[in-house]
Amino acid sequence: MSTDSQQNAHHSPTLEFKSSTFSVPVLVLASNDVITIEQQLQEKIHLAPEFFKNSPLVFDLQELNSLDLDIDVTELINIIRKLGLLPIGIRGGAAQQNQQALELGIPIHSGYSTAVSSGTQKQQTPEPEATTELQVIAATNTLITHPVRSGQRIYAAGDLIILAQVSAGAEILAEGNIHVYGSLRGRALAGVQGNTEARIFCSDLQAELISIAGNYKISEDLNGAVLNQPVQIYLQNHTLVIKDI
Amino acid sequence: MARIIVVTSGKGGVGKTTTSAAIAMGLAKKGHKTAVIDFDVGLRNLDLIMGCERRVVYDFVNVINGEATLNQALIRDKNCNLLYILPASQTRDKDALSQEGVGKILDELKKDFKYIVCDSPAGIEKGAHLAMYFADDAFIVTNPEVSSVRDSDRMLGILSSKSRRAEQNEEPIREYLLLSRYSPDRVKLGEMLSVDDVQEILSLHLLGVIPESKSVLNASNSGTPVILDEKSDAGQAYADIVARYLGEDRPHRFIDEKKGLFGKLFGGK
Repeated sequence: MSTDSQQNAHHSPTLEFKSSTFSVPVLVLASNDVITIEQQLQEKIHLAPEFFKNSPLVFDLQELNSLDLDIDVTELINIIRKLGLLPIGIRGGAAQQNQQALELGIPIHSGYSTAVSSGTQKQQTPEPEATTELQVIAATNTLITHPVRSGQRIYAAGDLIILAQVSAGAEILAEGNIHVYGSLRGRALAGVQGNTEARIFCSDLQAELISIAGNYKISEDLNGAVLNQPVQIYLQNHTLVIKDI
Repeated sequence: MARIIVVTSGKGGVGKTTTSAAIAMGLAKKGHKTAVIDFDVGLRNLDLIMGCERRVVYDFVNVINGEATLNQALIRDKNCNLLYILPASQTRDKDALSQEGVGKILDELKKDFKYIVCDSPAGIEKGAHLAMYFADDAFIVTNPEVSSVRDSDRMLGILSSKSRRAEQNEEPIREYLLLSRYSPDRVKLGEMLSVDDVQEILSLHLLGVIPESKSVLNASNSGTPVILDEKSDAGQAYADIVARYLGEDRPHRFIDEKKGLFGKLFGGK
C-alpha cells in the first residue's frame, strides 16, 4: 500500500495554485468612533445572524481617510473579531494603518489608492451624524448555459440562472434565487445562507429535493398536480409553497 | 488533424469494447488510418474482440514504461491494413497508467494516425479518467435502462469538467449518444426506455441506435468486429454510425419494431 501511494505522489503533484474570485462583504466606515461602530455593527449582525456568522470581511477606510479621520486599526480589528466576523483584508488604508493591519495578519487589498497626506493633522472628534454603513456587495448572478449533469454541484453566491436541464443526481445551490429554464430533476437549494425570501423557479419540476433556507421537501412529498409543471417555490410561514406560474 | 475519440459509458457491460472495435474498423475501412487503444488495463478484452490476442507481444504499459516502442506494440489488423491495435496489459492494474505517459503516446500517435479510438474501462476512476482526458470527441454508449442512463449522465458531467479541453478552456468535447442493445418490441411493452425517453434525460445528439442482436455475440466469439458482418442489423447500425460521424446524412434505422408477416401484408404506417 505504502509503495502505491508513493508512486501516486510521484505522478501527480500534491498541490497546485488556482485563481478564484470571491464575493466578500466590505465594511465601509464613515466614522472613527469605535463605540458607535461596535453598536451599529452589532445591530446589523442581529438582523441576519446566520449570514454574518464567521463571515469573512474586508474593511474599507478610504472614506474615513478622505475625511481626515484617523482610526485605531488594531482596535477596529478586535471589535470585528469580537462580533464573530473574520477580517480578511484592509482597503484604502494609510501607510501606518496598513502596517498595523499587517502586523495582525490582515492582508492589504489595493482596490484603489488613497491620497492621504501624512502631514495634515487628523481630526479626532467624530461628527455627530456620522454613521457606520455596512455595504454588502451585491453578489453577481451566475449563468449556466450547459446541462448540469449527475454528480455535478454548482454553488452561486447570488442568484443562479440555468438555461438547460439539471439532471437527477446533480445539486444546485444558491444564496439567492434559483431559475431553471429546463427540466429540474436534481436537487435545488435556494437561500442556503438563510435568506427566507429566496425562491426557486423552474419550467418543469421533477426535482429530487427542493429547499429554501433549510426548509425542504423531497420528491415523494411533491403531489402530482405540480410535477412536470412550470412552478415557483417560496417560503410562507416556514412552509414551502409550490405554485404554478 | 488527428482526432481522439473516447468510447465511454460509466456503466459496465453496455458495449463499449464492441463499439470501439466496430467504429475503429469502420473508420479504417473508409480509408482513414486508425488506432484503437485498450485502456482497460488488467481486464483486457479488445484484443479478443479484434481477434489478435495471439499476436500480443508488448502492450500499452510497456510503451508507457519505455520497455518497448510504440511501433513494437502496435498490432496491425488482419482484416484491414489501415487499422492498428494497442492492447492493454493483463498483468498490471490501472495505476500503471500515468497522465503524462498517456499524453506522450497519444501525441506520438497523432503524428501518424487520423483517428485514435480510446476504449474506456467501466467506472469513473483512473482508467476511465485517462481514457477520456485527452479526447476531442466522446461516444457515450448507453443501454435503454435507467441505471445506464444515469451513469452516462455522470460521465457527461466528468467530460465537461475534468477533461483536458475543459481544464484549458478550449472548445468542449463533442458528445454523441449511441444507444445499444435496443429492442423496439420491448420498448413497446414498456420494458425498456424508448429513444425519446433517453434523449429527453440526456439531451444529447443521437449518433445511432444499435439493435439487440445475436450477431454481436457471434462476432465477439469469433474475434471479428461486428461491423464486418454486413448482413447483420448491428453491423449495419455501426456502418451508419461511422458514416454519420464522418458527416454523411443517413436516416435512423432499427428504432421501430420489426413488422411480422401481418404487419408487412397490411402495412401499418
